[in-house]
Amino acid sequence: MAKLWTMDEVAYESPRDLFGKILIELGRENEKIVALSPDVLLSTKVRDFAEEFPERAFDTGVAEQSTVGMAAGMATCGLIPFFVTLACFASMRGLEQIRTDIAYPNLNVKIIGSHTGLSGGPMGTTHHSTEDMAIMRSLANMVVIAPSDPFQMVKALKSVVAYHGPCYIRIIRGEGSPVVIYESVGKCPFEIGKGATIKDGNDVTIIATGNPAVQNSFVAANELEKEGLHVRVIDMATIKPIDREAIVKASSETGGIITVEDHNIIGGLGGAVAEVLSEEKPAFLKRVGVPDIYSAIGPPEALWKRYGLDSDSIAKTVREFIKEV
Amino acid sequence: MGKKISKDLVRELEKRALGLRLAMVKMLRDSGASGHYGGGMSIMDILTVLYFGGVLRVEPSHPDWEDRDRFILSKGHACVALCPVLAEKGFFSHDILPTFNKLDSPFGMHPDMNKIKGCDMSTGSLGHGAPVALGMALAGRYLKKDYRVYAALGDGEVAEGSNWESFAIAAHFKVDNLCFIVDRNGFSCDGLTEGPGIIRKGEGYGVCGTLSLEPLDKKLEAFGCHVIKCDGHDMTQLLDAFDEAAKTKEKPTVIIANTIKGKGISFIENKAEWHYGGFDAELTSNAIDELNSRLGEYK
Repeated sequence: MAKLWTMDEVAYESPRDLFGKILIELGRENEKIVALSPDVLLSTKVRDFAEEFPERAFDTGVAEQSTVGMAAGMATCGLIPFFVTLACFASMRGLEQIRTDIAYPNLNVKIIGSHTGLSGGPMGTTHHSTEDMAIMRSLANMVVIAPSDPFQMVKALKSVVAYHGPCYIRIIRGEGSPVVIYESVGKCPFEIGKGATIKDGNDVTIIATGNPAVQNSFVAANELEKEGLHVRVIDMATIKPIDREAIVKASSETGGIITVEDHNIIGGLGGAVAEVLSEEKPAFLKRVGVPDIYSAIGPPEALWKRYGLDSDSIAKTVREFIKEV
Repeated sequence: MGKKISKDLVRELEKRALGLRLAMVKMLRDSGASGHYGGGMSIMDILTVLYFGGVLRVEPSHPDWEDRDRFILSKGHACVALCPVLAEKGFFSHDILPTFNKLDSPFGMHPDMNKIKGCDMSTGSLGHGAPVALGMALAGRYLKKDYRVYAALGDGEVAEGSNWESFAIAAHFKVDNLCFIVDRNGFSCDGLTEGPGIIRKGEGYGVCGTLSLEPLDKKLEAFGCHVIKCDGHDMTQLLDAFDEAAKTKEKPTVIIANTIKGKGISFIENKAEWHYGGFDAELTSNAIDELNSRLGEYK
């Protein structure tokens, strides 16, 4: 069947648009894939899938809890449901249903949380999601993934369909960072549970997850390289199960760890990394992220800058951290 | 209404329901467990008709049969009633019933689909069964299967908003391979559903009015459901209701089955405090004697 476009040829797409296209590709390959969205079919870009496969897409109105339950019911019948909405609603409005109807019975539902972190910008706190990784991480059986660049997102979604079990995947709203880390889908080494070292270095390590944290860390590290600071950057796309080996290696081989995430510094990537370090290989840790507050109103780029998530701020944090460790 | 139901079938179902009530009491006796007597007894005739009245097409030797009818016990605390029913149907041996609530038993207070053969969904948290049933029904439609999906709800459970989302969505999508049954025994955990919402001194245990539902039938009809009301302890009426539901097109059906909490054991009937409890040796003996004596009338 002819493809609409070739993933490897497209250098960059807004992640949400790309998600919409990937879903159609995945749907063509696998008839069992269906999509459910509680009245955000359009803003999550599931609309094209719905037009292509009208009998396989369900807009359920603003009813998150029952939509999650419906996805669970469909999964018991052998379908692969994608439950798609904003990350704050995906992770909280129907949380008990996710935990009790999907995670506990270990059903094969893929939960897509869009508008991650502060990417909702002026939509404000009600549409931001700074708790979702902490919440999803605490559910047994749940795989938690935050892809960084578009090529990784394609690889991650394919992996998630091939994996049998509940998965939660973050997709940013808007462009986030336009920086492309991986040259193509084929060259992207994504594997569930494995971090990817996207820059080598032994002074300190940045462990980052998702867009724009990974991209901004990558840019910061490359700037610091020019100053003679050798910063290792690990793209930790899977927060659960986290790549313990990569963390322990970084702790053993470098001077300290900085985590970067568009998420509360409590309970997400920072928390996950702290758990591994404390149990296996203690190191100095600095968590960069939303500092346990609800943000100001503003465009996402301004908010990321405000809370230290842009590349200049990350570089500054690294310079100060290196002096301490 | 519908096909003529034989008196023999009705008698057979009544006898079987009594036997299942006995099995439930014995399961709790032999495991030494307390249980949800009230809600387990009120739903037993409904379960009997579903599993032994030719309503549910299931295959005990193939519990994962793709084309089976699905049943969700959304009021999952009635697991204590479901277990004897599934054993009797042949999904597993009666011998394991006495492990109820014990360490590593497949049977706890609420059913686990990964532990109990014949259980189509893990339930226990109220308000979850309706959306899941809806999802199963929609999956059946997409996969072009002709199976039907049934979900039994408690009336106290109907307070949960997720049920009403499901009724609305099911009506919106004209899901007619879906049938809900409300075990309308008039009680939720804290007391009567109907009433002003206070505890009256001297009126015994229970809140008088946890969340008034009436007129429940009109509310469900307003949501776009086909509503059938029946006596939830009358086998003929139940069989007729399921038959009518199966013939109803373009709408989901909700059967409001009027029941008595604790039905079958006279000393617990209509008592809020028997939502959950334990029988000592004397009460167990009284319950068994009463059920046996009623069974005797069917010989």
